[in-house]
Amino acid sequence: MNRAVIRSGMGALLSHWVRHPMQLLTLLVGLALATALWSGVQAINAEARAAYARAAAAVGEDTLARIVAVAGGPIGDSDYVALRRAGWLVSPLVEGRHRASGLRVIGIDPLTLPPQAAVSGAVPVVGGDIAGFLGGTRGLADAETIAALGGDGLPGVRLAPADGLPPMTVILDVGAAQRLLAAPGQLDALILAPGPHPNALPQHLALRAAARDGSLARLTESFHLNLTAFGFLAFAVGLFIVHSAIGLAFEQRRPVFRTLRALGLSAGTLTGLLVAELLVLAIIAGLLGVALGYLVAAALLPDVGATLSGLYGATVPGTLSIRAEWWATGLVIAVLGTLAAAGQSLWRLWHLPVLAPAQARAWALASTRTRRLQFGAAVALLAASAGLVAFGHGLWAAFGGLGALLLGAALALPSIMDAVVRVAQRARSGVLWEWFWADTRQQLPGLSLALMALLLAMAANIGVGTMVTSFRTTFVGWLDQRLASELYLTAASADEAARLTLWLRPRTDAILPIVSAEADLIGQPGSIYGVADHATYRDHWPLLQSVDGVWDRVADGTGVLVNEQMARRGGLGLGVEVALPHGALPIVGVYSDYGNPSPQALIGLVAFQRRFPDTEVLRFGLRIAPDRAAGLAADLRQTFDLPETALVDQAGIKAFSLRVFDRTFTVTAALNVLTLGVAGLAMFASLLTLATFRQPQLAPVWAMGLTLRHIALLDFCRTLVLATVACLAALPLGLALAWVLLAVVNVEAFGWRLPMQVFPLDWLGLFGAALLAIGLAALIPTLKLARRAPVDLLRVFAHER
Amino acid sequence: MNAKALILSLLLASPVAAQGFADLGSAAPGFALPDPDRTLTFPADHGPHWDFRIEWWYLTAVLSGPDGTDYGVQWTLFRSALAPVEGEGWASPQLWMGHAAVTTPDHHFVAERLARGGIGQAGVAPGPQPEPFTAWIDDWALTSRAAPGTDVLSDFSLTATGPDFGYALQLRTDAPLVLQGDKGYSVKSQAGQASHYYSQPFLSVTGKLRLPEGEVAVTGQAWIDREWSSQPLAENQTGWDWFSLMFDDGTRLMGFVLRDDAAGFTSGTWIAADGTPAPLAPGALTAEPLMTARVAGREIPVEWRLTLPDRGLDVTLAALNPQAWMATSVPYWEGPIRFSGSHSGRGYLEMTGY
Repeated sequence: MNRAVIRSGMGALLSHWVRHPMQLLTLLVGLALATALWSGVQAINAEARAAYARAAAAVGEDTLARIVAVAGGPIGDSDYVALRRAGWLVSPLVEGRHRASGLRVIGIDPLTLPPQAAVSGAVPVVGGDIAGFLGGTRGLADAETIAALGGDGLPGVRLAPADGLPPMTVILDVGAAQRLLAAPGQLDALILAPGPHPNALPQHLALRAAARDGSLARLTESFHLNLTAFGFLAFAVGLFIVHSAIGLAFEQRRPVFRTLRALGLSAGTLTGLLVAELLVLAIIAGLLGVALGYLVAAALLPDVGATLSGLYGATVPGTLSIRAEWWATGLVIAVLGTLAAAGQSLWRLWHLPVLAPAQARAWALASTRTRRLQFGAAVALLAASAGLVAFGHGLWAAFGGLGALLLGAALALPSIMDAVVRVAQRARSGVLWEWFWADTRQQLPGLSLALMALLLAMAANIGVGTMVTSFRTTFVGWLDQRLASELYLTAASADEAARLTLWLRPRTDAILPIVSAEADLIGQPGSIYGVADHATYRDHWPLLQSVDGVWDRVADGTGVLVNEQMARRGGLGLGVEVALPHGALPIVGVYSDYGNPSPQALIGLVAFQRRFPDTEVLRFGLRIAPDRAAGLAADLRQTFDLPETALVDQAGIKAFSLRVFDRTFTVTAALNVLTLGVAGLAMFASLLTLATFRQPQLAPVWAMGLTLRHIALLDFCRTLVLATVACLAALPLGLALAWVLLAVVNVEAFGWRLPMQVFPLDWLGLFGAALLAIGLAALIPTLKLARRAPVDLLRVFAHER
Repeated sequence: MNAKALILSLLLASPVAAQGFADLGSAAPGFALPDPDRTLTFPADHGPHWDFRIEWWYLTAVLSGPDGTDYGVQWTLFRSALAPVEGEGWASPQLWMGHAAVTTPDHHFVAERLARGGIGQAGVAPGPQPEPFTAWIDDWALTSRAAPGTDVLSDFSLTATGPDFGYALQLRTDAPLVLQGDKGYSVKSQAGQASHYYSQPFLSVTGKLRLPEGEVAVTGQAWIDREWSSQPLAENQTGWDWFSLMFDDGTRLMGFVLRDDAAGFTSGTWIAADGTPAPLAPGALTAEPLMTARVAGREIPVEWRLTLPDRGLDVTLAALNPQAWMATSVPYWEGPIRFSGSHSGRGYLEMTGY
């Protein structure tokens, strides 16, 4: 095969795009959008994960065990000294948020910090002023943070740049951190150096193993998984456009293919040329997509960052760094996606007989046989999906089930559409409508890909929307559970606790002691809480399952509540006796405990104190009329000179957390608009294609007396009717998707199930948006048709083949 | 880069060549200077001297196991101050460093601890009764068991642990403390740099070493040095070689060479068996390296010839284990020796600034 032939062959193939720039645009935009959504979400996730990893490594959380207070409160400087003098190689750690600057402050002791903590290597670089660091006038932060602060950091602290620190985080000497956080003498944890250590810890302290992924990564995993699922669905939807555009280009070039083959180009060479063409297009679109993805990610990152920091206290940088692996994966997925979308067309080209009819059939005109095949595949996929969900184990089975569900539903759509139209056809009333439905059936194959895209986009929106809203509802419940009291108070000692409660008794509606102890539950480290018998819990605690009179059983010490993680991991149900320190108790209820990776049990206060008589009661929830909470907090602070961290105001935290959480919806809404836009584009591309082929079918109808305006109106209606059917079909699919995400994927990944909540009003809005998008997509083809010159239609008769 | 190494090097050891070992050659504004007229008083001077910049409680012991194997033990508590005061809590400018080591003929076990002052993690509490005198860092402690009215260093226990070793020793003596130099004022250079310095070189030891191969019961002799100053080295001095010799007849010799860019400065004290000290004239003692060993990438003299013509001393001393390298934040060589020649006995050798 000589080069000249190949060159002219390529030229002939490429000339198609010059004559059909709109098609080229559709293809490139479709692929670019698909890649953009996918890689944008990946970029956000990668950036956030990198930040967690840095946060965990900074003080060695990823590699070093810690000692924490059993009751969850602070540890005293004296505990640190006592442990050191008992031979424990521990190093003090203070962590907190500096109110005025919003900076996360980490206090360390550079003399004892194990070298495994990443920041250990950074401390000496404090501008060569180690005395300044120890004296609290020098601190460390990453260069970006220092630049962002521009001098307005912490009062009296000069910051020096250090690598490997999470954003908006400052490393200070432990003493300086205690001063800034108004927590003198209080430590949050002790970092344990690796190697042998003594056995016995004081009763109020407990050893926590290193968290390999860091606690932040674990806590936020669910959030990132949801984003990933969304990005993947968006990508799949985008591929439908690509498939449609490539298929169209293929059909339109049939005459060219025939001519090239007749001129001696082999099927293999021709296919090779088309693959090369596709690769070039894929790379161009992929680059565009990755760049666009960067913009999407950069635009969304601040919102995502705010969400993560509000939900989990995770700091994610506000700006995106460009990562090579991210560019590469974006391009690879664009190329693979293109080849997958073009597979069918390439296969057909490979097997095209040399003298295949060059007539442009209505492209991808599916015979009854292919539709049946598709339907058969759809049924098989749906069955496989059901099987994977019901009997599969692990995250991959869950995702496999998800993929099979979506693909199966998409493949089933043409058959469903066909059935719906058949039914409509039977209810015909007049010749015009008979023609309308017959014509609709005729067009279904051409529109089915766009309709599948719409189905998937809608299902993704409904599914992910339902999941996020359910997530939010759970989160609100979780906040209520954790923050039912108006104020939370932590006393430094039993003495102070006594004085505080004495002072508070006449000033509050209820003082609820909060006590907890670390314990091994179902063979894993967990915690046991003791709660007072109070309406706060009876009314608020979100129980997933419970026996009758559950709170009476908890109060009289004859039952235990366990969190969902523990129930699932241990395979425990109501009535099962669960081993607790000093005697087993039957489970009387299971509660949702979103965000906590460890098992937890909850027993009555009296029962708790019987089992753990040495636990001091230092933490209290204060119930008071919400409008009086702020005043009481101020009085408390003033009267007892309490440090910032000792008193937490619920209303403030809750409002802040919810506000931040709602910003998640900004992200979701943005992704919703984008996927719907992609679906609209797919519809536009398909309609434009069909318009070219429909003239022979429309000309006779026109000739029989229907005006072009009338025909265009009918066309428009048809598109909307089909879109409505697709949207209605998307509803059960979306709910199924949400169910799989909430009840299967989440359980596999994290061990808790988010209760599914449906919000039909949201669907109405979504339907409206989808129909609007489709209406807009149909508008231009409709107008074109309405304004078509009669001579075009006349020509159909002149050129009839 | 290790944080502690740099912290310590900033605190103590700037580039050795430029400013002497462990930064002991740099100026110390605000800190007190040793005073030749000062009379040392006890037990007060066993405790910390906050107005001085550096200070140490330094014990070395030469020990023998039941099978006659030689061992060496080191226990040191250093104090280094950023300011000439002690403060409460983390704001304290006092930093403490502990070094512990056990030397066997084949191994040298080392551990180091660092601590802040002001919080109780490390320190020296000078008593009085009923609280005994204690010098400690973490779980390492020198705890006096001396009867009331006797010197706190006449009877004490000593513990330290590292990842692969540990020891618990009981030490006692009836001998008096020995004031080094001129009644405890020890001159360190021609220019007059000095420190306050006294010793208890007559301790007898019993106890146990914990080694990877098991516990070893040991007996032997120990020597404790107490020294404090704010700037004991001259700017041109780069390190020192310090010798403690315990003669078989009960006599003791403390001698040191402060190396500089010229001939160096040697001095020491001849201590009679009854504890009577006789300061050596500068230059009276000579120390000549005979053989070096490759230790931690440096050439370090591990055999010496010491002569002190006034006392008819001409001995050759050799390290029990040439690899007795203290791989600590500020590294140096410290290990037990045996000597023979005109006199024989055992002792300790410390070499810094190599």
